[in-house]
Amino acid sequence: MISTHLPALQIILPLLAAPLCVILRNGTLTYWFAVVVAWLAFAVSALLLQEVNAIGVIAYKLGGWAPPWGIEYRIDLLNAYVLLIVSAIGALTVSYAKPSVDQEIGGDRGYLFYTAFLLCLAGLLGVTITGDAFNIFVFLEISSLSSYALIAMGRDRRALIASYRYLVFGTIGATFFLIGVGLLYQMTGTLNIADLGERVAAVGPNRTITVAFGFMAVGLAVKAALFPVHAWLPNAYAYAPSVATIFLAATATKVSIYVLIRTYFTIFHHDFSFGVMALGDIFMVFAVLAMLAGSAIAIFQTDIKRMLAYSSVAQIGYMVLGVSMATVLGLTGGMLHLFNHALIKGALFMAMGCVFYRTGSVSIESMRGLAARMPWTMAAFVAGGMSLIGVPLTVGFVSKWYLLLAAMEQNLWWILVFLIIASLMAIIYVWRVVEAAYFMPSSAGAPTDIQEAPMAMLVPMWVMVLANFYFGIDTKLSVGVATRAAKFLLGDAS
Amino acid sequence: MSHHLVVRVVAKLLMPFIILFALYVQMHGDFGPGGGFQAGVIFASAFVLYALVYGMDAARKVLPDGALRIGLALGVLIYGGTGVLGLLLGGNFLDYSVLAHDPVHGQHYGIFAIEFGVGLTVASAMATIFFHFAGRGANLDEMEE
Repeated sequence: MISTHLPALQIILPLLAAPLCVILRNGTLTYWFAVVVAWLAFAVSALLLQEVNAIGVIAYKLGGWAPPWGIEYRIDLLNAYVLLIVSAIGALTVSYAKPSVDQEIGGDRGYLFYTAFLLCLAGLLGVTITGDAFNIFVFLEISSLSSYALIAMGRDRRALIASYRYLVFGTIGATFFLIGVGLLYQMTGTLNIADLGERVAAVGPNRTITVAFGFMAVGLAVKAALFPVHAWLPNAYAYAPSVATIFLAATATKVSIYVLIRTYFTIFHHDFSFGVMALGDIFMVFAVLAMLAGSAIAIFQTDIKRMLAYSSVAQIGYMVLGVSMATVLGLTGGMLHLFNHALIKGALFMAMGCVFYRTGSVSIESMRGLAARMPWTMAAFVAGGMSLIGVPLTVGFVSKWYLLLAAMEQNLWWILVFLIIASLMAIIYVWRVVEAAYFMPSSAGAPTDIQEAPMAMLVPMWVMVLANFYFGIDTKLSVGVATRAAKFLLGDAS
Repeated sequence: MSHHLVVRVVAKLLMPFIILFALYVQMHGDFGPGGGFQAGVIFASAFVLYALVYGMDAARKVLPDGALRIGLALGVLIYGGTGVLGLLLGGNFLDYSVLAHDPVHGQHYGIFAIEFGVGLTVASAMATIFFHFAGRGANLDEMEE
């Protein structure tokens, strides 16, 4: 009986756990509760992926109403894959959270953090699992509103402004998406994504469809923080509490990329999106600009969390680049990077969380000589940094390799050059931190009693780091699922 | 407002009628315009009026923060719990048809419970938002540090 209701459980677990946290109200109790729920959600997503692998698309009728009238949860390889990423990162992040949340937010307000965290998790999973375009908007708002709250809990007062800015941008993005959905509804009379896919093609490219296409492209680009509309991201990540940064950096923009893929491959057919409307050309230019500008700005940051945030802007460029090619290889590369970047940034921001926990700062000055005091944390940063650069045997290499192959397949040699330049810039900004931590003496006024971070933080962090290497060597899961999902989206049965 | 006798008496007189109207909108949601959201807002507005006339301290005595917090969470849990109940009784999540002996009654009970959950959460949320904005003046200096 349970197995038929897995799609509903995926959402119900975190969604109903959140108000229970408010009632429990005890910091330690809510923490353990959130840990159990997050791992259960992960187990559900793993089972779902297994089931989709075995039997194909799963559909779940909410409230027993048949689609396209009722809301349908529809899980194919693409969203089973994204669900697994989001829930895995959620489970690892919340396991890591306790010491950091107790220190940065305070034990008495900790329960609010876990509530917002679980709501955000539920929202992101909901966006991914649902097969209804309006439902995507609703879950997008659940995840966004809770992430504004998560960011605003930052210790620094600038967190409030960063959160407000994200609120304004996020609302514009979500509203543009909703306008697009509304226009599509006007033309087709349906909100079910699978149904929309058929009917939009049947209606043909008239003005309303084209306008909807444009609104959704801009809205999703804002939500995904694609280069010219990325302005909300760096401060939001820099001033949010460490744990919130880890989770949001590793999942929130990924889910927006997922919606982008879903919109332009399933709702608008890829022939229309990338052939008639030439969306690929536009996104490719912005993606390359994001890679270069994001990496270049990252080099000049003194706040390391901000540096990693700009690096995220660049990495989103990689993902969109893969998607914009609209070939099996390109899409595989983009989706792989979605998976891999979640692991990379998760590990790196976890290392920064440990540093902040012990030193109270993440500026480059406070990193000086830190490797001697916090060897495991800095080693994790180096490993994550190598993965970010794309050293072989790490996940970063795998996804960049697929992107290179995809570019070469299309004879886009200039992309190859930019990919390599952006990777070289990644070496520079990662090296600055490594140099400070390993080769510089501690600054004169630095506290001398800094110890290694507690085990509760080190273990989840190293699980994340080892995953960076594991999936860099054994790519059966990540590449296998991404390739088959890409073929499925492009209608390539072979 | 202690010297405005008319305002105080009228506010006190109006309270039960506002709440009654809120409950009417809540119950009538199945047959006509209305439902949990609107009812919740009207319900909370009675307490907003009370707070405006009698002051924040008196209002907090009527609606303590703890109760509001429970109300906020409980409403969502009632909504979700109804869905889970449908699931346990053999339907899909949020399938009300299985809640009673026949689908018509089931749908009726289901939407009733769901709307009650919505009303509870919306009323608590409205009151919480108002109390937080209104209560901010007193300890503004404290927050500025």
